[in-house]
Amino acid sequence: MFLRHAVWYYHAFLYSILRYHVTVRDALNQALDEELERDERVFLLGEEVAQYDGAYKVSRGLWKKYGDKRIIDTPITEMGFAGIAVGAAMAGLRPICEFMTFNFSMQAIDQVINSAAKTYYMSAGLQPVPIVFRGPNGASAGVAAQHSQCFAAWYGHCPGLKVVSPWSAEDAKGLLKSAIRDDNPVVFLENELMYGVPFEMSEEAQSKDFLLPIGKAKIERQGNHVTLVSHSRMVSLCLDAAAVLAKEGIECEVINMRTIRPLDAEAIETSVMKTNHLITVEGGWPQFGVGAEILARIMEGPAFNFLDAPAVRVTGVDIPMPYAKILEDNSIPQIKDIIFSVKKTLNV
Amino acid sequence: ATFDIKKCDLHKLEEGPPLQAVLTREEGLQYYRTMQTIRRMELKADQLYKQKIIRGFCHLYDGQEACAVGIETGINLSDHLITAYRAHGYTLTRGGTVREIMAELTGRRGGIAKGKGGSMHMYTKHFYGGNGIVGAQGQIFETYNMASLWKLPCIFICENNKYGMGTSVERAAASTDYYKRGDFIPGLRLDGMDVLCVREATKFAAEHCRSGKGPILMELQTYRYHGHSMSDPGVSYRTREEIQEVRSKSDPISMLKDRMLSNNMASVEELKEIDVEVRKEIEDAAQFATTDPEPPLDDLCNHIFYNDPPMEVRGTNPWTKLKSVS
Repeated sequence: MFLRHAVWYYHAFLYSILRYHVTVRDALNQALDEELERDERVFLLGEEVAQYDGAYKVSRGLWKKYGDKRIIDTPITEMGFAGIAVGAAMAGLRPICEFMTFNFSMQAIDQVINSAAKTYYMSAGLQPVPIVFRGPNGASAGVAAQHSQCFAAWYGHCPGLKVVSPWSAEDAKGLLKSAIRDDNPVVFLENELMYGVPFEMSEEAQSKDFLLPIGKAKIERQGNHVTLVSHSRMVSLCLDAAAVLAKEGIECEVINMRTIRPLDAEAIETSVMKTNHLITVEGGWPQFGVGAEILARIMEGPAFNFLDAPAVRVTGVDIPMPYAKILEDNSIPQIKDIIFSVKKTLNV
Repeated sequence: ATFDIKKCDLHKLEEGPPLQAVLTREEGLQYYRTMQTIRRMELKADQLYKQKIIRGFCHLYDGQEACAVGIETGINLSDHLITAYRAHGYTLTRGGTVREIMAELTGRRGGIAKGKGGSMHMYTKHFYGGNGIVGAQGQIFETYNMASLWKLPCIFICENNKYGMGTSVERAAASTDYYKRGDFIPGLRLDGMDVLCVREATKFAAEHCRSGKGPILMELQTYRYHGHSMSDPGVSYRTREEIQEVRSKSDPISMLKDRMLSNNMASVEELKEIDVEVRKEIEDAAQFATTDPEPPLDDLCNHIFYNDPPMEVRGTNPWTKLKSVS
């Protein structure tokens, strides 16, 4: 009897160690903590990042640990502090510039593009800008038109920038660490609705040197019938849709892009050459968007001849984000939209 | 009755607003009613937010009522006003009804923006919102320059409630004398908790602009009882004692009430009756706001362009085409 209990406790203990769950928020916090510790040139600046512990608590505890010189509260002046951050990067520091949401980055976008992204090129290799711009991107819940825009396409458009869009906690940790160690300007697009979502974190990912390469997508689910390509929160929806479709015998291959720029076209092409069908899924607007770019690349590349049906995009509706719940729910892709599009594409 | 009001701090001005204000009984009752309406409306919004009937961002105005009410009494409805996200008070003073405002907060079709705007995006005639994105410094100085250069009749108003979200003004501003930051633009700093002070200052400022002297700045020293928004408890960067002290010593509604009572301009019963009426109005509005249906789905894509022929809008997938009219 005692032995049976002991065995049970032993298994429960093992289970809790091996299946260590971390929320995206905590993964980001760990990444920031580890990189601040590792390199004293790294520092974080932004609104409410220090004494308030972060508007979304991503930087919780860091000010207490690292103090005023490494975690800096700025006035509410994006253009100003983004510029200061870029200057610091040029002079040899490694700033992490937080935008409370990327909607506010529009106030500072000239600094991101003209001062950060283009400088290494304009100086013909003389002046690198090792900076990370991070913050939540895209739709949240009920925050209305000015606070819900997805900037993946806008930033993904610009040479000189790397643009990363993590989904899981491992993505968040590994990619943020890589972004901070990267010597180039990186736009790191988080998602507010994902902050509280827990994910299993492997042993490997718990190490202080766990890095994920920027520019490489990950296949989250294998399948043979259709390729679903997505980034950030929409990956969750793709997996949910895939689970439903699996019951009807349709096996979706779900690719988590992880990086918007440079785009891992090869991973997508390889998958399309296997499944012969492609659907991209994103929260942002359709015109000139992430999906539009992927479809164009497929057209221009080796995978085109393997398509059995036109590749299509599932996107947000082409309108400013409305506030009322029923309208907001119908402004972004739902699982049923993905399922509908898969069936239309497969002609079933 | 005539009341003494606090002197304003002046910047680049020879004279300021008068040191006394005349308040008639009608005016007093009207200001009281409006401020009380804003107060009760914001508290109701707090309640509804906690019940998750209001979603997203909600920045409440309680404590700052004297600003919106005082400003409106100093200008005309035909003047133009724009503000940031803490907009519910102004939406009311600019002509919105409590019903419309609350229904907008709950995202219903009877809302002042048909449910599509939400808390931060409310508009009426000559009221340009309600804006969620605010650039705090660079753009202001650009605007100061042009307004001054071209002598634009513009009153720049800073509602200084001592905190920018969770950061106190001392930690965010090299100079907290905001009324002086217009440099070559004259400025006033005044007690934003006293509706009469605000009114006289606004009248003075409006006269300054209307007489062609160019722009002017007003810094209203005020306070918000709630946190920055409903997701901010408002006590991690300031003490409860501080909030309590403002509430007991400088509350704008109490100040007006005391003045009117001690000068026999109204009776306790009268004011109580106004309270009861206001409470009823808010209850009715809340009732409407919670029972009015959500906007219809076919309104989803409307109002993209003005004065344009109807068009098609792409839905979430290529097979879904939605209708859009101006």
